[in-house]
Amino acid sequence: MPSLKDLKNRIGSVKNTRKITKAMQMVAAAKLRRAQEAAEAARPFAERMTAVMTGLAGSVGSSESAPRLLAGTGSDKVQLLVVMTAERGLCGGFNSSIVRLARAHAAKLLAEGKTVKILTVGKKGREQLRRDLGQHFIGHVDLSEVKRMGYPVAQGIARDVLDRFDKGEFDVATIFFARFQSVISQIPTAQQVIPAVFEGEGEVNSLYDYEPSEEGVLADLLPRGVATQIFTALLENGASEQGARMSAMDNATRNAGDMINRLTIQYNRSRQAAITKELIEIISGAEAL
Amino acid sequence: MAGTLQFDLVSPERRLASFAATEVQVPGTDGDMTAMEGHAPTITTLRPGILRAQGPSGVQAYAVTGGFAEINATSISVLAEKAVAVEELTGTVLDEFIAEARELVSVALPEDKDMAERTLNDMLALRASAGH
Repeated sequence: MPSLKDLKNRIGSVKNTRKITKAMQMVAAAKLRRAQEAAEAARPFAERMTAVMTGLAGSVGSSESAPRLLAGTGSDKVQLLVVMTAERGLCGGFNSSIVRLARAHAAKLLAEGKTVKILTVGKKGREQLRRDLGQHFIGHVDLSEVKRMGYPVAQGIARDVLDRFDKGEFDVATIFFARFQSVISQIPTAQQVIPAVFEGEGEVNSLYDYEPSEEGVLADLLPRGVATQIFTALLENGASEQGARMSAMDNATRNAGDMINRLTIQYNRSRQAAITKELIEIISGAEAL
Repeated sequence: MAGTLQFDLVSPERRLASFAATEVQVPGTDGDMTAMEGHAPTITTLRPGILRAQGPSGVQAYAVTGGFAEINATSISVLAEKAVAVEELTGTVLDEFIAEARELVSVALPEDKDMAERTLNDMLALRASAGH
C-alpha cells in the first residue's frame, strides 16, 4: 500500500506527462495542417508530370531505344529498397509499419535469391532495420537538419539514387513510405520508381509535337519523374508522421487522464481510511478511561 | 483582341500562376517559342531562361531553371523545376542557381558534361539579361 505522499507524487508526475503529451498533440496538429497543405500544393505538378510521362512511355516505351530508366536493365537481380521513415519517434505505429512492409519485401526478395540493397531515409527506419538487415545498407540520408521539406531535398536523394543506377549498382528501385489517408489511417506503401511503371495507357498525347524529340523529352523527364515521386513520397510521409503522432498523443493524453482519475480515487480512499483509523483510535482511547 | 489560352505555371512545391494569357513566350531547349491560341499541340523541354506571359494585367515574367511545357490550342502548362517571379529575382537567388549549376558541371558524368555546361552558360546568360 503506497503512502499518501507517494500517491500524491505519482499524481503530480502523471499530470506533467499529460501536459507534455497534450502539447505534443497540439504541435503535431499544427504541423499536420502545414504538411497537408504542402502535399496538396505539390499535387498538380506530380499529376501533370505523370500524365505527360504516361503518354510518352506509351509511344516510346516499346521501342528498342527506350531509355534504361523506363525499360530497365533487363534484369531484376539487384533490388534497391529506399525506406523512408521519420527522424523522431513517439508517433504510434508509423515507423514500424513502414519498416514491417520493407522487411517483408526484403525477406521475399532474399528468398527468391536476389540481392537486396537498402538506402534509408530518416533515422528511425535505420535503427529498426539495422539488427537484421544491417549488412544490406548502402547509404543513409539524414533529414534531421531539414527544417522544411523542399524539392531540393528530394532532388538530392534522387541524384544519389540515379548515380547509383548509372553505375549499375542495382536494377530495380522501390520506395517505401506511408500514404496519408486521414489522421487515423496512414497506409504503408511500396512504389517502384526504377524502371518507371505507369498505370493505364495514355494515347491522347500522341497528337503532340515533341521538341527536341520524343526520346529527348523522355530522357529529360524520367530523372525528374524520379525526383517528383520521391518528393511526393516525402510529403506524404511528413503528413502521415504528424497524423500518426497526433492520434498517438491524443491516446496518451486520454490514458494519462484516466490514470489521474484512478490515482485520485485511490488517494482519497487512503486519506479517508487514515482519518477513520485515527478517529477509532481516539474513541477507543476515550472509552478505555 | 486575340483569343486567350489558359496559362498555368507550376513548380513542384506550389502553383505560381494561373490565368488567361494572350501569348506566352517560353525558353525551349531548342530556342524560344511563343504560344498563342490555336498553337499546335507541343511538348518541349525548357532551358534556364525567362518566361513571359501576356496576361490581363500586363506582362508577367518568371525565371525558370528547367522542366517542360505542354502546349495545346487552348492551354499551356509549364512545369518548372524552379520558378521565380522576375521581381523576386535578386542577385543572391541567381548566385544560388549558378552555384548549383557549377556543382552539377563538376559532378556530371562525361556524357552529361555538355548538357551541364550548357545549363551553366544558360544560367550565366540569365544573370546577364537580368542585369545583376
